[in-house]
Amino acid sequence: MKLDLDPEYEAFRAEVSDTLAKNRHLAPTSEDKGYKNARRIAWQKLLIEHGLAARTIPKAYGGYGGEPDILKARIIAEEFARTRTPGPMAGQGISMLVPTLLELGTEAQKQAYIRPTIEGEMIWCQGYSEPGAGSDLAALRTSAVEDGDHYVINGSKIWTSTAKQADMIFCLVRTDPAAKKHEGITYITFPMSTPGIEVRPLVDMTGSANFNEVFFTNVRVPKSGVIAKPNVGWQVANATLTHERGMLGDPNATKARFLELVTLMKDESVNGQRLIDNPLLRDRLMKLQSEVYAMQANGLRITTSRLKGEPAGLAGLIVKLNGCDLNHEIARLAIDALGELGILYEDGEHLRADGSWQWRYMYDLGLIIGGGTAQIQKNIIAERGLDMPREPKLAKA
Amino acid sequence: MEFALSEDQRLLQDSLKGVLAGAASLDQIRKIAVGDAEASSALETALADFGLASLLVPEDAGGLGLGLLDACLVQEALGYHIAPSGFLVGALAATALGSYPDLLNLIAAGEARFGLAATEMTSRRDGAGVSLAKGKLSGKSLLAMNVEGATHLLVADNDAHLHVVEAIKDVVQMRTIDKTRAFHEVKFAGSKPVASPETGDRFLAVARLLIAADTLGAAQAMIDRAVAYAAERQQFGRVIGSFQAVKHMCAEMAAKLEPGRALIWHAAHALDIGDPEGPVMANLAKSYVAEAGTFIARTSTEVHGGMGFTDLVGLHYWYKRIGVNRQLFGSPEQARETAAELQGLLA
Ligand SMILES: Cc1cc2nc3c(=O)[nH]c(=O)nc-3n(C[C@H](O)[C@H](O)[C@H](O)COP(=O)(O)OP(=O)(O)OC[C@H]3O[C@@H](n4cnc5c(N)ncnc54)[C@H](O)[C@@H]3O)c2cc1C
Repeated sequence: MKLDLDPEYEAFRAEVSDTLAKNRHLAPTSEDKGYKNARRIAWQKLLIEHGLAARTIPKAYGGYGGEPDILKARIIAEEFARTRTPGPMAGQGISMLVPTLLELGTEAQKQAYIRPTIEGEMIWCQGYSEPGAGSDLAALRTSAVEDGDHYVINGSKIWTSTAKQADMIFCLVRTDPAAKKHEGITYITFPMSTPGIEVRPLVDMTGSANFNEVFFTNVRVPKSGVIAKPNVGWQVANATLTHERGMLGDPNATKARFLELVTLMKDESVNGQRLIDNPLLRDRLMKLQSEVYAMQANGLRITTSRLKGEPAGLAGLIVKLNGCDLNHEIARLAIDALGELGILYEDGEHLRADGSWQWRYMYDLGLIIGGGTAQIQKNIIAERGLDMPREPKLAKA
Repeated sequence: MEFALSEDQRLLQDSLKGVLAGAASLDQIRKIAVGDAEASSALETALADFGLASLLVPEDAGGLGLGLLDACLVQEALGYHIAPSGFLVGALAATALGSYPDLLNLIAAGEARFGLAATEMTSRRDGAGVSLAKGKLSGKSLLAMNVEGATHLLVADNDAHLHVVEAIKDVVQMRTIDKTRAFHEVKFAGSKPVASPETGDRFLAVARLLIAADTLGAAQAMIDRAVAYAAERQQFGRVIGSFQAVKHMCAEMAAKLEPGRALIWHAAHALDIGDPEGPVMANLAKSYVAEAGTFIARTSTEVHGGMGFTDLVGLHYWYKRIGVNRQLFGSPEQARETAAELQGLLA
């Protein structure tokens, strides 16, 4: 065990902290909503320029072009969380598609997509789930039939986040209906403006339409959009799912929310007592803090495994399950701490934090389900982490 | 000994559920949630025709003279169907106003409809609170219930004493996650109470018990929906209900809720017969069912997968009902603290 960072890294931390402090006034605020918001894009570009976003993406594709350095990546994430500065853009294009392209894309695909995606000018959606294919993703049926140098796509997707705003989709389609379930799938990208695509927003429990149904009727898309090659889409998708799960359980994002909760409990008073001075609430806060610290320490372990090029094992497999649960519990304590006023939503004089705690309490439950449900995560932990046998019927399927 | 509902009680609940299946179908609730006045008044009329208003009013004041156990069964059915209703507040008024026969008569005749402004009994902030000076009430109360269309308002002052005032005009709606029930901020500028009943610990105990019964119903509906969905939805070539993970989620929900049902019956009966342990049990019931409800709201949503998170199956109406009920009349922690206090366990 050696926890101090080398002086080089301490210097780096000071540099990051300094850059954030100097530019903080340019960061987007809660007013800057929506995709392609000018201030958010400008902030993202500034972060890339300083190596605080898209750090390891080659300059040729619009990134900062830094050497991969897991510790530096960590320090950056920690500094954003600690100083509560709005971080780099996330989302499925940046967090899932870009790493996949870097690993498996053609030169032309990288040239065309990476820069606008990381700069926030090109929005992507992920077309995986279908009405009959959620946890059982490999049961997907949307078909793509060859027609010269095109595919013709028919079928539908569901729960597609940001499909309404997206310029592009990365999508799983069945190209070989005769092959085994996992073997006839292709990973393909194409513009959402292609004729024959219809997007119907789905309102969710938060009251807004964060995701959609997407219908494809004879949608002709060029074969050049295929990532890797036809019929290996399952392997390509699994590569991106790992990125998604890492993003969903990120302990630094959790810590930032925890700090907001601490602020809330220091600022709010009920019956003349600050919430933080209520021993019951404070105890719950400290219990959550123990979990936040544990997940951060777990993150350090994962970092070390990565530095050594070793698999992270159980420490890695539990991140999505625990991280998403913890986020939900943080929102729950915030609402409980606000008590009666915790039920307020949308607007009004007495609303706290724009209703964001209630929004999180709902959306974070969605994220416990999305990206692989908690139950599926537990199956993975048991089967891959603990080497337990699979359920008998599933093993055959 | 027999710890069970009577035939009449079962009948009461079943016939109310029959009415609610039509008047408070999910389609109707969706309309009410977007402010459809016709849907709201249809439900209101159906419940009035059922005679809910006079249920707890003593027979000699023109009511049916039923007890709190009956009231809990009614409230459970309302929660099951996420039906907005003035029943809870009306029942509280009927139990609090025992010494005001004129008001009871009006309640039984459906002529007096009560709103409730008592949030500050448990939590005071943002300058809220109502004080009594020279026989007049002034101040404000947050998250008052059933204020719209009320002829009378039951108000708690800063010393937790209750007063009745005639309807107040200075109200502002407060929007919550629950779009089916309206909450308001109410301001008082020298209103003169027409009654000031003495209820002691019983008032909050009854309020907490009734809100627990509402959560019991809503949570039961969420379990029923999860079980039905698990029997239909297929993944990996089989119904998801055949996965132990899903079965265990459903079994855990049931195991958590069932004792809550028994506790509510017991608490209501104890209050009905004047057992001194009644208020303790009622406070513990609020705590127990609020905690079980929180678990069930989340777990039932999880059983539904992505579908549970959408508006399509409407499950979120129950999720929000349970979430709001958890905070009303004080948190589970506050209810437990009251239970400890009532038993003389505090220093
Ligand atoms: C907020 C949110 C955003 C999303 N965004 C996207 C997106 O952008 N693109 C996209 O393609 N998809 C997206 N999804 C879909 C998401 O990936 C699926 O909802 C998820 O994989 C679950 O599938 P399902 O909804 O069909 O549930 P089901 O698979 O039907 O699951 C229902 C229940 O059965 C359980 N279950 C199923 N199989 C098993 C098993 N083998 N063992 C034990 N239990 C099991 C589940 O755990 C769950 O409790 C999103 C979902 C949410 C909630």
